[in-house]
Amino acid sequence: MSAVETVRAPGAVRARRVRGFGTLLATELKVWLRDPTAVFFALVFPTGLLLGLGLAVPAFAEPMTEAPPPWNTAPGITSYLPTIIALAVGTIALTTMPVQFATFREKGVLKRLSTTPMPPQNLIGAHMLINVLALLVSCGASVVGALLVLDVPFAADPLTVLLVLVLATTAMFSLGMLVAARAEKGTTASGLGMLIYFPSLMFSGVWVPLSVMPDWMQTIGLYLPLGAAAQGLTAGWFGTDGFPLAQVLVLAAWTLVLFPLGVRLFRWS
Amino acid sequence: MTSPVVEVSHLRKTYPPSRTAVADVSFDVARGEIFGILGPNGAGKTTTVECLAGLRRADGGTVRLLGRDPQADPRSVREHVGIQLQEAALHDKITVGEALDVFGSFYAEQADPAELLDLLDLTAHRNQQFGKLSGGQKQRLSIALALVGRPQVAVLDELTTGLDPAARRATWDLVERVRDAGVTVLLVTHFMDEAERLCDRLVVIDGGRVVAQGTPSALIEGLEGHRGVRLRFTGDAARTRALEILTALARQDDAVAAVNPAGDEIEVSGTRTVLFAVVQALAAADVVPDDVRTVERTLEDVFVQVTGREYRAEENEEVTV
Repeated sequence: MSAVETVRAPGAVRARRVRGFGTLLATELKVWLRDPTAVFFALVFPTGLLLGLGLAVPAFAEPMTEAPPPWNTAPGITSYLPTIIALAVGTIALTTMPVQFATFREKGVLKRLSTTPMPPQNLIGAHMLINVLALLVSCGASVVGALLVLDVPFAADPLTVLLVLVLATTAMFSLGMLVAARAEKGTTASGLGMLIYFPSLMFSGVWVPLSVMPDWMQTIGLYLPLGAAAQGLTAGWFGTDGFPLAQVLVLAAWTLVLFPLGVRLFRWS
Repeated sequence: MTSPVVEVSHLRKTYPPSRTAVADVSFDVARGEIFGILGPNGAGKTTTVECLAGLRRADGGTVRLLGRDPQADPRSVREHVGIQLQEAALHDKITVGEALDVFGSFYAEQADPAELLDLLDLTAHRNQQFGKLSGGQKQRLSIALALVGRPQVAVLDELTTGLDPAARRATWDLVERVRDAGVTVLLVTHFMDEAERLCDRLVVIDGGRVVAQGTPSALIEGLEGHRGVRLRFTGDAARTRALEILTALARQDDAVAAVNPAGDEIEVSGTRTVLFAVVQALAAADVVPDDVRTVERTLEDVFVQVTGREYRAEENEEVTV
């Protein structure tokens, strides 16, 4: 009986898809939801910040009288929504994801999986999917909250917003993967992630809104992935400055550089 | 099935820049054996099994596992080999039951999780999270995960390190049950007593080389002066007299290899008839010992003989060759 298996096994393994991916994805999602810190930062923090500022700061509720119509009647928080979406992407990519991946390495999960028929690459793939899902929930909650609670008008150019969001996600997730590529421990990845996270937030307008950001900062921001994302999302939401071509190209370029680098440098044991 | 399940031949592995972890290791494992890879930490045991499992690329030699070449095609052995690695390898928040289900889903043939939990005394902890398990429970789960794909060969690496004596003995019983279920077991350990108790055959590895191999009893039988006797006497006079008689005896009788004072006792080693020779010589001279004990030889003595130094499990941590 063993002899027959010996002959058949290699071809059979190659022919079928990897067994158990569905179970892996479902289990990892369940386990992911048990980590309150990750869930808070990935899902609650961006929307919470948006709603908190929108409801608590009177200036954000007042209309932007100096903006070109029809935006002159929209509340001030409107200009902050694209930044919040960029924040949601950046938070998952630079705080949640690298720590997860480095912890898998630290705990020996990647190495343990390499001894089974399930390649460790699929665990990372499953978590990319979970993070994309978290991102959609987080961004969705921000947008819905902004529209329903804060009376923010819907995007002028939703397709551009969507395109920039997709490219921002590929660029930032590639960056997150690179951050986690070599880290031996979760805490190392966390530290490195934070080192990139906080400057990124500054250039994407979390602390100084894009509308009042000095030109030199805007110029630097254009060449940074999260800065370009915030600018591109703003352009798509307001639709008054045309298509954000430079920002889209910058995000595509970061993706093309960072993704292969992250994959190549990633240590699987 | 008489062909070996595992064949390792002149395996060599060097880590950059120049640390030779495995210099020359060869052995065969037959189906249904508990086969030991024994040696101090840093001797090259884990590197050997990692090459065998296709987790590491060897620099030289050949490896065959179930007739396949895990170096050329690591995927080909994954379905049939269960590996329990030294480190904990699960997320703290996954439960015992979830871990078994998810690992089981990777394999074409799965063991019944309920049966495995029962075999490993984990049924009561099914819904407990990994991070909250005790060391022994984690270790047992780790073994369960190595068995969940119904492997033909299970590699168990240092599975009793950090366990208390009761948990160690329970784990030993378990390894025997696993073998009785038809799984060939490759046991990597630095514990001499563990290897002696469990292994049908073993190799002793030191500094990346096989320094001894065989069954534990044959290795111990093969020791020079493998039988020992300890004698105690009342008073210095009697002991001095006995020492003279026995030293003379060692020169005449091939059965007696060595005579050494050991504290207020005398230790005599030699062949199977050493006890007989000693007692006879002392009786003839009318010197009566207070107490006579036979000394048990262990694999530790084998190690001392083949390496010329004492066995310390933690030595060779950083071997640089």
